Amino acid sequence: METMLFISDILLPALLEGLVITLQLIVAAAPFGFLLGIGIAVGRTYGGRATEFACKAFVTFIKGCPLLLLLFMLYFGLPSVGISFSPFVAAVIGFICCNAAYNSEYIRGALLSVKEGQMIAAQALGMTRTQAIRFIILPQALRRAIPGITNEFIYLIKYSSLAYMLTVIELAGAGKIVATKYFTYTETFLFVGLLYLGLVTITTVTADAIEKKYAVPGAMGR
Amino acid sequence: MHDDDYILKVEGISKSYGQIKVLDSVSFNVRKGETKVFIGPSGTGKSTLLRCINQLTEPEEGRVWLNGEEVTHSGSRINAFRQKMGMVFQNFYLFDHLTAVRNVEIALIKVRGMNPKAAREKALAELRQVGMEDWANHYPAELSGGQAQRVSIARALAMDPDVMLFDEPTSALDPELTREVLEVIKKLARDGMTMLVVTHEMGFATSVANEILFMEGGRIAEQGSPEELLNDPRFSRTKQFIGQFREYDRGA
Repeated sequence: METMLFISDILLPALLEGLVITLQLIVAAAPFGFLLGIGIAVGRTYGGRATEFACKAFVTFIKGCPLLLLLFMLYFGLPSVGISFSPFVAAVIGFICCNAAYNSEYIRGALLSVKEGQMIAAQALGMTRTQAIRFIILPQALRRAIPGITNEFIYLIKYSSLAYMLTVIELAGAGKIVATKYFTYTETFLFVGLLYLGLVTITTVTADAIEKKYAVPGAMGR
Repeated sequence: MHDDDYILKVEGISKSYGQIKVLDSVSFNVRKGETKVFIGPSGTGKSTLLRCINQLTEPEEGRVWLNGEEVTHSGSRINAFRQKMGMVFQNFYLFDHLTAVRNVEIALIKVRGMNPKAAREKALAELRQVGMEDWANHYPAELSGGQAQRVSIARALAMDPDVMLFDEPTSALDPELTREVLEVIKKLARDGMTMLVVTHEMGFATSVANEILFMEGGRIAEQGSPEELLNDPRFSRTKQFIGQFREYDRGA
């Protein structure tokens, strides 16, 4: 009975507060991570030499840098050169960079898989390269990148817990605080884990629906 | 200096890939409503020539004029010229993620800025022209090769081109599907469309062409009307080439 009261009156309210912060982090980071990922992938695939180099350098840097280190640099390092962010903003910027860099690799692979003839046919109709990429190449590439982007979104859900290291009390952080205070590690982290599992399940189901909605009949292995 | 009779003028087009000279100063002129057919052995630059005309491949030398305006060195205006030079490819190159009607209308909307409703009507009319209106809502992967090629012809026609460039339009098709595509192209010829056709279909070439250009080694080796090429002893090389196909046809 005591456990039930702990769960309903203390644990769940605290975790829900954390969950809201987690969702805010994801909602703030994911769209920009997606768009920036597209930009980087297009820049690397179709850009000039300078653009290609800049995009590749960015991706290499992000890939090579542990996310936690990146967050520390953004939050603790940048103030020394006069740039300070709130913990939440620093975390979101870190997540955007990470999400974008990995998304860009999935999207780049998909761009490269679109047959050359698609671009040729689009240009033969009078489209500029930009129009061809926007209306012909990207729609095909993004369909093929859906599984990869979904994967990266799921990673984002989970690495959003690193925001706790910048004092953003999100889901995992909220759990840690409750667990430590009431010495209830097992129950608390079980619930925290279930909530993450719920988020990931919703993501997977949604991604499947999106994939199905945009599937091209007869094509791409269907 | 440019004869107004000619809708398309091609002058001294040369193109090399590394050491290999694919096109060696090719020139010809096309009158409105005329059909010119390019034949010749593989690798003699026929397809490259078509791509040099609409600048999908940039020639090293030579100039192209459409309606008296220079296409070569036209910078960003090349996109306007390309709309006026409809191109049909051996492998169709339909946009895989779009239905047949979307394939036809997308350039009308995005390039020409036509409103979607008018574009849809025009696209359906073009599909009707090639006998594909019943397949408007099917995706490329659901179409046979012949159907896909007819959609791609409709897609090019939708831009109201001044000239159509056919790059081996039936080479990826079996004989039955070849016929349905050739019928569409013949009809276009009858309707007065100006066309350049690269093909290995000799029967089709002789029946539809106003002039046949026999290419070999990146040059126009011989050219003339189908009757001349078949009957005039001067055109021995062309006759020999066509003869090979006849023998093969008999053997098959």
